[in-house]
Amino acid sequence: MRVGLVCPYAWEVPGGVQAHVRDLAEALLALGHEVSVLAPADEDAVDLPPYLASGGRAVSVPFNGSVARVAFGPVTRSRVRRWVRDGGFDVLHVHEPAVPSLSALALFCATGPIVATFHMSTPRSRAMAAVHGIAQPALEKLSARIAVSEPARQTLVEHFGGDPVLIPNGVALARFARARPMPGWPGSTTKGGGTLGFLGRFDEPRKGFEILTAAMEQLVADRPGLRLLVAGPGDIEAALAAMPAAVAARITMLGLISEAEKEQMLRSVDLYVAPNTGGESFGIILTEAMSAGTPVVASDIDAFRRVLEDGTCGALFPVGDADALALTLADLLDDPARRAVLRGEAARTVARYDWSQVAADVVAVYETVTAGATGVAEDTRTQRLARLVGLAGA
Amino acid sequence: MTDVLWFVLALLLAGVYLSWTAGRLDRLHARVDAARAALDAQLVRRSAVSMELATSALLDPASALLIADAAHAARQAEGEARPQAESDLSRALRAALDQPEQLEELTGPVEGRQLVEELEGAGRRVVMARRFHNDAVRAARALRTKRHVRYLRLAGHAPPPPTFECDDAPPECLAREL
Repeated sequence: MRVGLVCPYAWEVPGGVQAHVRDLAEALLALGHEVSVLAPADEDAVDLPPYLASGGRAVSVPFNGSVARVAFGPVTRSRVRRWVRDGGFDVLHVHEPAVPSLSALALFCATGPIVATFHMSTPRSRAMAAVHGIAQPALEKLSARIAVSEPARQTLVEHFGGDPVLIPNGVALARFARARPMPGWPGSTTKGGGTLGFLGRFDEPRKGFEILTAAMEQLVADRPGLRLLVAGPGDIEAALAAMPAAVAARITMLGLISEAEKEQMLRSVDLYVAPNTGGESFGIILTEAMSAGTPVVASDIDAFRRVLEDGTCGALFPVGDADALALTLADLLDDPARRAVLRGEAARTVARYDWSQVAADVVAVYETVTAGATGVAEDTRTQRLARLVGLAGA
Repeated sequence: MTDVLWFVLALLLAGVYLSWTAGRLDRLHARVDAARAALDAQLVRRSAVSMELATSALLDPASALLIADAAHAARQAEGEARPQAESDLSRALRAALDQPEQLEELTGPVEGRQLVEELEGAGRRVVMARRFHNDAVRAARALRTKRHVRYLRLAGHAPPPPTFECDDAPPECLAREL
């Protein structure tokens, strides 16, 4: 099948949607499909993959409460139109079509089997309500809608109605399993040692970093070798100053790390700790730690409970309870047999989150919408309409 | 004189808007038709795989009979009887396959494993195709209820497309969240 994927955000900037599109494209290629990805990209960049077509240079604009790197305008529109016309796609798959960028343009100028994936989950907002009116006619062109998480699905249902299917993000299992630990890590767990890992914004209360440091405070006296590896954006000095010196001395801060470094980091710890107090829709990081073969200790919020299958493939502790977390950590660090069991169960569970599996589900959607259809074509109606209201140039 | 000009301009704009709406409706109806055809194809595929499973001699005769009967009825059913027949097939599949021993026995031999996989795929596609179809129907209906569409009969005289309502829940042992 010939698939045209459209990513609205700048290719060279790391981000969830970009990573999703890249992994999906590569999984589809591995399944033997032909793929072309259209994304805002700097054409002079050297490391662009061969399947990537540039939709133009990205510009930074404020959107939905943050700054997005997107591409739009008449030149971009003609590029998108040409890509659609010359692509000969069986199915067009746009990501985040409600973002003002390439996806919305592609949707505007194409007809035929079109699938859309929605990533964003935002509570009901005035902005989204305003977009609704503008976007509705375009969204009517979609043959199928996919949401990547339950909250994303709910957002979609709230704003646009209908009944989208849920296909979660995949995990590139092999990449995590292949990664090598950082030199000198994780060390030995005997004689009071052991390494814990934490990844995320440590200065955001919802991520629960303070619960972890409180638990560490109880453990450091008995465990002279205990260490904590932390990665993620935030003010490192302030965070270290806010905790007892005995705990701060055991922490290594990596700062903001790349995707490859994340794979390494997750292989470099004995236990991955997710003390989040809420606001997680899925917990992709848990599946990543599990793919890296690192047992997970997580708070028992719904999303984590689901991923860890009620504690069979990772340990759960009551949300916000530092004492319980300290106990759980000590027990697991002293019990290699139990860690091995969790590792085995985790490996079994994450297999179903692998990208090859997720891509097969997406292909099932493609097959459903392309049955009997003739393929994607240029929508000349919208071009006439654009000319009529003086937007022409494409 | 300017009044007349304004009037003509307003008329023109209204005309453009109406023609655009009519085009939108057209496209939505075409989408409903395509989605309906896709749903048909997936339902037929599911009943075919069910029938193959029933006649494979891998199931015990009672389960085989149950599935064969439901699959046959689903394939024969037309019009209003169709959703009921498809629901019955879903129920029969659940009743027959949702026993731990059954699935174990069935997935032992290679051909059994293949059939179960195919059935799982067919079931998932039915769920998807039905959602896509009903989404299209809902969108078309929403536009048809707009006042200017109703008064000017932009949708023509055809009755609004019906949604396809049936029980398509797969057997639990084959279910994955969608």
